[in-house]
Amino acid sequence: MTTETLDPLPGPPSGPPSGEPAGPPPDTPRRLHADPGLPDRVFRTVARTGGGLVLAVMLLVGGFLLHRAWQALDRAGASFLTTESWEPDAGRFGIAAVLLGTVLIALVAIVVAVPLATGAALYISEYAAPRLRRTLVSTVDLMAAVPSVVYGLWGVFWLEESILPIARWISTYLGWIPFLRVDGADPDDPLAPPTVYTSSTFVAGLVVAMMVAPIICSIMREVFSQAPAGEREGAYALGATRWGMIRSVVLPFGRGGMIGGTMLGLGRALGETIAVYMVISQVFTIQWHVLQTGTSSVSSLIALRYGEATPFGMSALMAAGFALFVMTLIVNFAASSIVARSRSGATSDA
Amino acid sequence: MTIAPERPPQSPPAAQPPPPPGPERRRRTGSLRSTDVYAVLGAAAASLALTWLLFARLLPFSGAVGFVLVAYALFLGLYALLVSFDEDGPAVRDRIAGAVVRSLGLVLLAVLVFVVAFTLWEGREALVHLNFFTEDMSLAGPLEPLDVGGILHAVVGTLEQVGIALALTVPSGIVCAVFLNEVPGPFARLVRTIVEAMTALPSIVAGLFIYATVILALGTERSGFAASLALSVMMLPIIIRAADVVIRLVPGTLREASYAMGSSRWRTVWHVVLPTARSGLTTAVILGTARGVGETSPVLLTAGFTAELNALPTSGAQVSLPLATFELVKSPEPNMIARGFGTAAVLMLLVLLLFVLARIAGGRGPGQLTKRQERRRAEASRKDAARQAAGHRGASGGSASAPSRSTP
Repeated sequence: MTTETLDPLPGPPSGPPSGEPAGPPPDTPRRLHADPGLPDRVFRTVARTGGGLVLAVMLLVGGFLLHRAWQALDRAGASFLTTESWEPDAGRFGIAAVLLGTVLIALVAIVVAVPLATGAALYISEYAAPRLRRTLVSTVDLMAAVPSVVYGLWGVFWLEESILPIARWISTYLGWIPFLRVDGADPDDPLAPPTVYTSSTFVAGLVVAMMVAPIICSIMREVFSQAPAGEREGAYALGATRWGMIRSVVLPFGRGGMIGGTMLGLGRALGETIAVYMVISQVFTIQWHVLQTGTSSVSSLIALRYGEATPFGMSALMAAGFALFVMTLIVNFAASSIVARSRSGATSDA
Repeated sequence: MTIAPERPPQSPPAAQPPPPPGPERRRRTGSLRSTDVYAVLGAAAASLALTWLLFARLLPFSGAVGFVLVAYALFLGLYALLVSFDEDGPAVRDRIAGAVVRSLGLVLLAVLVFVVAFTLWEGREALVHLNFFTEDMSLAGPLEPLDVGGILHAVVGTLEQVGIALALTVPSGIVCAVFLNEVPGPFARLVRTIVEAMTALPSIVAGLFIYATVILALGTERSGFAASLALSVMMLPIIIRAADVVIRLVPGTLREASYAMGSSRWRTVWHVVLPTARSGLTTAVILGTARGVGETSPVLLTAGFTAELNALPTSGAQVSLPLATFELVKSPEPNMIARGFGTAAVLMLLVLLLFVLARIAGGRGPGQLTKRQERRRAEASRKDAARQAAGHRGASGGSASAPSRSTP
């Protein structure tokens, strides 16, 4: 009652005060509403249903993975992250060895692929003749679509033999660096069997590097070619050489794209299955030595063991797959947020 | 001074040029000078000679790889030395960086081309036999020569599996991409985030999911249909993301123009947005197909393996090209390995074909037209003009000015 006497203005739209004298009814906010008509309502429903369906499928995949993996994770507890061996039916299983192998292969791949991809991207966007450029761009984009089994064939039948002298040279002269040492290799014995160098993390990393380099390269090239022409010309006008212009304009402008492209390549490298599976020989111990034979990766573990798995073993494989998925997910989201936040991403995201 | 050497100022093109110099000489605008070429050639020759000296006479080095690496390092050093004779510091660094960038780019491109050429070259023995394309492997044991057996079963399997996967993913993917762009809101943002997350799903995990649900839980046997489901799970996020980007590029002014004409949302989508984005959408679908065709790991878990032609995707094992490659090269027999390379070469050629199709279909931004589309639009607008002219038969100026109307 007191509020009504204090507030003579038209009250909330719930109802006019009863004490007011009769007059024109007070203004109430109009509901803005446009009837889209039946076809549009159908369209929206169909579109929403489509989106919801896709969402449901995606959530089903993720939820099912987590659900099935939970059984194994629950039983293994924290030892899932620290155990090396993979004998789920005996209760001893963990992803310490396979996860480390996956990460090492991906790191070797990135270390090799990023300089090559950066060089190629700079060459295509800055140095190549304009007529050549279109061909080179198509070539790199095509290479990103080459099936992984083709890279696997190349790795097994050509690279594995051809890389032996390099692996031997590195381990002979740089073997004092702990992770480059090869146990059982004798550099003084020319007749020593070279098998200690085959099927190693290094070879697998090189094959994966060739797979991810085109992806990284095409992202970097895209970003480099968006460097503003005004700033390029400004650098030239101040007397910069071409390399000076690249260092002061193109590379700072493309830094976000470079990091983002690298991390997208890392995401691909982590999940790569077939090429790695064809090249490596799987071991279930922690293998720091990248040049030594025998390594492991999560995806090749799944490809190797899915057929003979018991229901609980299946659950353990699901857990390994889920761990891999979470890892690539983190890498990809970090990559896309870096690309989106950088200056170069701001223009391409419009 | 590091960009271009100073040149004497040209005489201005005055009205009466002094007669003695004769006709004006054309200036060379290229930045390549003969001294640059001499420096590169000289450094290359010197580094090769010096490396040969080191390897053959002075040091106990050997091996082709070491030779190339040492020669390259020496080349960079000698090139820097030669350039520094007549240029200053920044110019020397520019030349060295240019040489390094060029060689890195060429190395990557050469390796990539080599990977493909190696596969095609190794596959040449199997590819020249016509039966390689018309028979399956049911009669060809490991020791049979190459003129028995082929990969028809794998070709059929690939076409069917990818076809089913496309039939599932393309409609749902494009509807989802339209939804993300045309019905914005918090729900669309959620869907976009989840789709982006699912592009990170490793392909083997997609295969494992279908293996655990369709094959183990539902108890069906391994089949081509299960394989295409696994491929769909993998391809769906890729196609949605690519289509989303393409639809986002459709200019907002086109949509607004359509709304301003009073058309409803679905008419705008159907008659403006999708036709404008058509070439980009085609490219997105074809590139997604190229990814799906080459995937081995989801198929490995779900399709099973057979040497016989099985045209029925719903029952029994069905093999596809990448899976056949993978299984064939496991054999120690040279003939089987040659067949494996031949299969990989066919797969490569299929991807190449898809890629060329994508280039022909795409490569144009939204709204850009091909020659034929342009001609058709010009035709249509000429017809409109004629009709309008017929409408105002009395007005004389109308028919004359109408054909000059510009076409979009």
